[in-house]
Amino acid sequence: MLKNRFFATLFVFMLLILSACGNTATEKEGATEKKPEPKAEPTELILATTTSTQDSGLLDELLPIFEKENNVKVKTIAVGTGQALEMGTKGEADVLLVHAPKSEEELVTSGDAVNRKRVMYNDFILIGPKDNPAGVSGDDVKAAFQKITEVKANFITRGDDSGTHKKELGIWTAANIQPTGDTYISTGQGMGASLQIANEKNGYILTDRATWLAQEKNLTNLTIVVEGGKDLMNIYHVMQVNPKKHDMVNSKDAEKFVEFMVNPETQDVIESFGKKEFGQSLFIKYTE
Amino acid sequence: MELIINGLKKAIEMILTGDREIFEITWLTLRVCFLATLISSIIGLPLGMFLGLTRFRGRKIILVLINIGMGLPPVVAGLWITMLLWRSGPLGHLQLLYSPTAIVMAQVLVSLPIITGLTSSAFQQINEKMLLQIKALGATKIQTFGILLKQTKIAIVAAIMAGLGRVIAEVGAAQMVGGNIQGDTRILTTSIVMEVSKGNFDVALAISFILLTVALLITASLTLLQQRKRLS
Repeated sequence: MLKNRFFATLFVFMLLILSACGNTATEKEGATEKKPEPKAEPTELILATTTSTQDSGLLDELLPIFEKENNVKVKTIAVGTGQALEMGTKGEADVLLVHAPKSEEELVTSGDAVNRKRVMYNDFILIGPKDNPAGVSGDDVKAAFQKITEVKANFITRGDDSGTHKKELGIWTAANIQPTGDTYISTGQGMGASLQIANEKNGYILTDRATWLAQEKNLTNLTIVVEGGKDLMNIYHVMQVNPKKHDMVNSKDAEKFVEFMVNPETQDVIESFGKKEFGQSLFIKYTE
Repeated sequence: MELIINGLKKAIEMILTGDREIFEITWLTLRVCFLATLISSIIGLPLGMFLGLTRFRGRKIILVLINIGMGLPPVVAGLWITMLLWRSGPLGHLQLLYSPTAIVMAQVLVSLPIITGLTSSAFQQINEKMLLQIKALGATKIQTFGILLKQTKIAIVAAIMAGLGRVIAEVGAAQMVGGNIQGDTRILTTSIVMEVSKGNFDVALAISFILLTVALLITASLTLLQQRKRLS
């Protein structure tokens, strides 16, 4: 008879698991029952955006305000701008917040995105090893790229079709250089991870300022070498995915989100974000 | 070294102060992993027994497929489930992408072959002479089944543990189909990835300690269950 003890235990264990799952179901119901007594069930809005807005913490500041005002649950998918735009063309997202103006315009032309509005900017900066083997400085990023190529210093690239990667490729093209060879290291990862690799490999890397400020404390070998040039501006736009082209899109809330991002109060929140921690704004308001 | 100590301190601090968010993330991780393992066990154990005990045409091909599945990279599973659940995909109307259900689906896909495969190997090892003897002694089908289960107990629990280990450790698929959405689909592994990309190594380390503790507790209790003295 004892042989059944093992199975009894196993059975009890299974029951425990089942009840754990069961609990969650009732708990969920309980939660939904409690919260929206006066309000209806919140609608869901899928926001596809670049990693910099999430990793810098900006969205944690903005989204709760929007969610509360409009009774919407925003599902943020933080990916590279390339992937975010692709989600737009496929109609997998409702609204996009991205930073690759040229590629964005293609989406508007193709009719996949509508209601595109400028939101904010910060700038790209060139980061390099503290001993600066290529001796680059100032605000001319094209000249800096040329020098880095000449001395064959390590250059780290995201290589992931993100907004920053697109920007970097644009600068190489403008400088008339085809980056190749062992010293051009493609990580295929996000900004934070790529900065880490640059730190380990003593390489130069193009980054947005927000991510740099948030990560600076871990990047002991690196420093800003080039900043402030006109061509280093990093502009963010918000846009809706066209509901006429993709039928499952939540256009009502997407439109509200676009309006929310450009309204003066939100713009003030954006501009004041980061001042306390970093002593400067990570993003600067920039509506049309 | 300092970083590790800071991470440990942070982990203890998070647990002691009852950090609500980390508690919710851990709870979601447990729910998702247990549910996925449970579903995989319910399907995988009987399927594994069947494949281990019977002989039929095409059985070897199925076994090959299952063995390949045991090594199925989670990101591949994630990609398949993503395409299935896309709004433009075949199950798009269910609106399941970026929900915990989607994570469970992906995790079942990676743990089911493991549980099925290991169970079937255990049953294949049963000596055929023993089967004959059991029959000769006049055991009913249910009695035979009970004896076989007892024989393979260790292997069955090992199969469940391997499946559970796979889903708890898994990050690629959960990231892809779940989207790491705060308060919704963020689980322990995806938060570690996110905190690393934010540069918060201490927090990432702290969460990793919590994850390891959870995994240790579950595995320890299952191991104790498995290693209990053979009762006969």
